[in-house]
Amino acid sequence: MSTAAPAEVQAAAEDQDSIAAILRARWAAIRSGDVGSLPVIIGIVAIALFFNSKTNLFFSAVNFQNLIGQAAGVTVIAIGVVFVLLIGEIDLSIGFVSGLGGVAVAYFQQAGTGHQYPGLVALGLAILTGLVIGLVQGSIIAFIGVPSFVVTLAGLLVCQGLILQILGTQGVIGIQDVQINDISNYVLTKNTGWIVAIILTVGLAAASFGSYFSRSRAGLPTGNLFLIVFRVAFFGGLAFAAVYVCNQAKPRPGLPLVGLIVVFLVVLGGYVASRTTFGRHVYAVGGNAEATRRAGINVKLIRILVFMISGAMAAMGGVILASRLNGISLESAGGGTILLDSISAAVIGGVSLFGGRGRVSGALFGGLIIGMVANGIDLVGYSDAIKFITTGVILLAAVTLDTVLRRRQTAAGR
Amino acid sequence: MALVGDNGAGKSTLIKCVAGINSIDDGQILFEGNPVTIHGPKDAAKLGIEVVYQDLALCDNLDVVQNMFLGREIRDPIFRLREAPMEQRTAETLKSLSVTTIRSVRQAVATLSGGQRQSVAVARAVLWNNRVVFLDEPTAALGVAQTRQVLDLVKRLAEQRLAVVLVSHNLVDVFEVANRITVLRLGRNVGVYEKDKTNEREIVEAITFGAPAPEEVVA
Repeated sequence: MSTAAPAEVQAAAEDQDSIAAILRARWAAIRSGDVGSLPVIIGIVAIALFFNSKTNLFFSAVNFQNLIGQAAGVTVIAIGVVFVLLIGEIDLSIGFVSGLGGVAVAYFQQAGTGHQYPGLVALGLAILTGLVIGLVQGSIIAFIGVPSFVVTLAGLLVCQGLILQILGTQGVIGIQDVQINDISNYVLTKNTGWIVAIILTVGLAAASFGSYFSRSRAGLPTGNLFLIVFRVAFFGGLAFAAVYVCNQAKPRPGLPLVGLIVVFLVVLGGYVASRTTFGRHVYAVGGNAEATRRAGINVKLIRILVFMISGAMAAMGGVILASRLNGISLESAGGGTILLDSISAAVIGGVSLFGGRGRVSGALFGGLIIGMVANGIDLVGYSDAIKFITTGVILLAAVTLDTVLRRRQTAAGR
Repeated sequence: MALVGDNGAGKSTLIKCVAGINSIDDGQILFEGNPVTIHGPKDAAKLGIEVVYQDLALCDNLDVVQNMFLGREIRDPIFRLREAPMEQRTAETLKSLSVTTIRSVRQAVATLSGGQRQSVAVARAVLWNNRVVFLDEPTAALGVAQTRQVLDLVKRLAEQRLAVVLVSHNLVDVFEVANRITVLRLGRNVGVYEKDKTNEREIVEAITFGAPAPEEVVA
């Protein structure tokens, strides 16, 4: 015993990659203001537990399915918001751009009007609408230098006007096209759901271990293999659990297609942001635009492209929302809380309003929190008043946390 | 070589023109004896001109590797970043400049000290196969020990057979590392002095009064 102890101590001291060492490093990072996804995960668990204590409907399979459909639209819009916030700008037009996306997809599938196209073409035209709006707004912001707040506020009004103009005569356009309605309403068969879970898990494992081995081949620090395995197992398990729960839902068992679309867009957005030169430059513009310009990067182009992403994602989110209601009306087109919910989702997901900090996956977590609050409050039967107040308090907490963390990080620097 | 001059003499403006940040109204830039046109930072980089700015031009939210390769990331044909070679070359470059105080090249620049940030900015300039490196006031914001580090760094750059242009107010620093000293005053070139054939007093006079011949001052 007494001879073994010093050797153990020595081994532990030498092993920089030991779990304890990693936890210590993580704790140090948290103390210096780098908390990662920790607050948002705590928030999700807390909200879920709270509503579960109030109603046993919350943790039912069919409600889980429902929650995915409810949160999908805002989450997709929030992906675009993340990019805009990363370059330190704001896009207030996204609410009514999403409405316009919904109007466009409904308009271009309308039977017997001379502008009826197949569902996927109508979807493409709706996204194109968002891209064009983003191009116009982004160009004004980048070339003339008008603050994005004002440009997109004007965009908000213009888009609202366009929606009124198009819907004004009838007030509503129904969607009969099967493909478009399937976007939000189709559920995958049970086996397809399992295959999706397998593909997601294998894909995550391939990406994680691929990066691990390429780094270890290059002789670079790799991080702990156990933690990587844990991460893959955790998220893989989450995917399987989601499919399992959805497959129990009655009357229509199966994973909603729209959930898969959201995950795909989040992964795609996250990939663009963290693994491509474009994404790197987006973070750089948010960190120090002048330094980015001096590094020879076309900052104007980056700004325009980001507003185009924002427009496209807003339009896509609008299509998802319209598909869920099988149509678009003056009440549902982009108004209400869509704008603030989307921005809140990105901010609650840990994306800084000051630019340059945050991840695309934050949109998913934030969208989930917003969706859970709305869903849970409806289930328990609280009023809309409670819903607004709760969402407001959560948003304020998220922004306060961001501000405090930012100060901590700067303080840790010098 | 060192470039000196009083506030407003045009040192930083000159550098920005050579770096392609500001465009030139008049005149031309000769590089290795040939006239060249520089329209943007990329043109300057292509010629082998690198600039370390007074404000360092680093992105605080990015890590050391990301800053070193900003705008010139190593990527494959479909714009995917190749992190491993970038991280390796960053580590090598920092090592070749004997920068040992940076714990991890994956640290955000926001967490570094002033001297470490300066080191990163200098290392970024020598990462590429350059001919000439401009350093704009590299020691202005630094303490005594950190100034020492940066001046040693400047000497090592010269040892690596790079042309170094040091812009500074601090004549002690200038006389320590420079071989030739160019004096600017109110946007004009006053004169070029060899370090061994001049002294601080002569340079100070050139900075403040222009370049009168010494006998004129006496008269």
